[in-house]
Amino acid sequence: MSEFDFEKPVAEMEKAIDKLKNINGENKTDFNAQLTDLEAKLYERKKEIYDNLTPWQTVQVARHAKRPVLFDYIRYIFTDFIELHGDRHFGDDHAMVGGFATLGKEKVMLIGHSKGKNLEENIKRNFGQAKPEGYRKALRLMRLAEKYNLPIVTFCDTQGAFPGLDAEERGQHEAIARNLTEMAKIKVPIITVVTGEGGSGGALGIAVGDSVCMLSYAVYSVISPEGCAGILWRDASFSPQAAEALKITAKSLLELGVIDEIIQEPVGGAHTDPQKTAEEIRTVVLKHIKKHSGQSTSKLLSKRFDKFAAMGKFTK
Amino acid sequence: MPWFIKTKAEREAQKKLSEEIWTKCQSCGAHVFKQDFTNNSNVCPKCNWHGKLTAYERIGITLDSGSFKELNETIRPSDPLNFVDGKGSYKEHIERVTKKTGLNESVVTGLGKINEKDVVIAVMDFRFLGGSLGGGTGEKILQAANYAYDHKLPYIIFSASGGARMHEGILSLMQMAKTCAGIARLDEKQLPFISVLTDPTTGGVSASYAMVGDINIAEPGALVGFAGRRVIENTIKQKLPDSFQTAEFVLEHGFLDMVVHRRDLKNTLAGILSYYNR
Repeated sequence: MSEFDFEKPVAEMEKAIDKLKNINGENKTDFNAQLTDLEAKLYERKKEIYDNLTPWQTVQVARHAKRPVLFDYIRYIFTDFIELHGDRHFGDDHAMVGGFATLGKEKVMLIGHSKGKNLEENIKRNFGQAKPEGYRKALRLMRLAEKYNLPIVTFCDTQGAFPGLDAEERGQHEAIARNLTEMAKIKVPIITVVTGEGGSGGALGIAVGDSVCMLSYAVYSVISPEGCAGILWRDASFSPQAAEALKITAKSLLELGVIDEIIQEPVGGAHTDPQKTAEEIRTVVLKHIKKHSGQSTSKLLSKRFDKFAAMGKFTK
Repeated sequence: MPWFIKTKAEREAQKKLSEEIWTKCQSCGAHVFKQDFTNNSNVCPKCNWHGKLTAYERIGITLDSGSFKELNETIRPSDPLNFVDGKGSYKEHIERVTKKTGLNESVVTGLGKINEKDVVIAVMDFRFLGGSLGGGTGEKILQAANYAYDHKLPYIIFSASGGARMHEGILSLMQMAKTCAGIARLDEKQLPFISVLTDPTTGGVSASYAMVGDINIAEPGALVGFAGRRVIENTIKQKLPDSFQTAEFVLEHGFLDMVVHRRDLKNTLAGILSYYNR
């Protein structure tokens, strides 16, 4: 069923289809052809809508309450997950999850933001907003991956690093800065997938990847559209304009050279078919692991350096 | 007209004259001679409040006289997103600020000497779009790091920045990874990297190169933090103390090595570099 305002044009069609499906009795078969036809039309119309989502509409899809979260992907495509806890300094941040995991035949270190899917879990996981101990746990696990020679797979889905008193006291800036600096040196391939919201430094803190991929209706931005509108328009109601101006969609990021590949979601968004989305992710991640494996460490690191050194535009 | 009544023009002329002679400390409110304030490197002679310095003023009080050689001075911002916001276009914004400050970017980089020791230096200037980290900024900071790497020199960055530059969107965020990649390479050759955090150092700059110095130094009272005070207050629904996110607060929490008065900074840097033994 359509859930977004921009899906209104197909709502009538969906209702008609439901009606046809609910018809019981002898003449049911008479409607089959009509049903198939309507469903094809619905798909076409929906695809057209989703191919032309505005950046702000994409934000709505990326934030959908039922959008798959890290543990959904773990369930669908990873096996033998062994979760590892704690940063060994302060505590265990439930907004950042990590551990050994197997993807296809590939043994990896999986690290990702974890939002949770119901209020209780949201609160336990701080809505996926990690604190310094989360970033330090992530770094600890990346170093462990290096020691065990495992590729690292990171999943980004966060509004941003947690902006709280305790996070500041424990050095949120230092924790993220340290990860950015150390990830430049980690001697195993790092594959990143932005699955939902790529919220600024909070996402980047685990996203310095040899390959950075992104789901087609995920967003990745230096600041939330609301935050940007508040500062540059002095009015959060300009969020759609800010979303447009900031160029936060997968398509824009591919054009800007920030990401390497877009992973196509089903029409309607990842939440309409989490399993299919997960399988797409598996295929793409395995491809990128293969791409970066089997080269010398110095080659891997110099390519990573060159990749990030080339980011951004300036005039000379 | 009686002698004690002044015309508007006369009043304005007098006000202007007094502004040329006097300045008011933004911290203690004391009226001090402008000359005393500038001679004291923009530090209030009454309360030691550290005012901002331009990049070239900073270079002037940090490097040995005449030793500075600028690198990549022609690098300036580009407008990769054709960004237009509620206040106008980014292009116009750049033009205005370039004209006003005479700067091409929010950072000045180059080579010089500190008590006769060669260093590579990058100094941010808050006047240029709030010292924000744009593509030109990131490139200059990386190029300076690369120069230090190629010539085996210590690298010192003076930060003064509100964070990433929104007008360049995601590409400004990537400058954090880019600059840190440059800093990371210095470790390969065991080259010193000293970070000096001046008022303010926040957001994407504190969360990248500014916090990963071998030695982190801040000036007294400098604002050093990750998230903005208002954002945090809205998140935790309580007022934060005045001391929150000051250099002294960050020192107390273990993320700085020292807080150093501006007049002692040059000799402190020289002292640290004297322990670099390669």
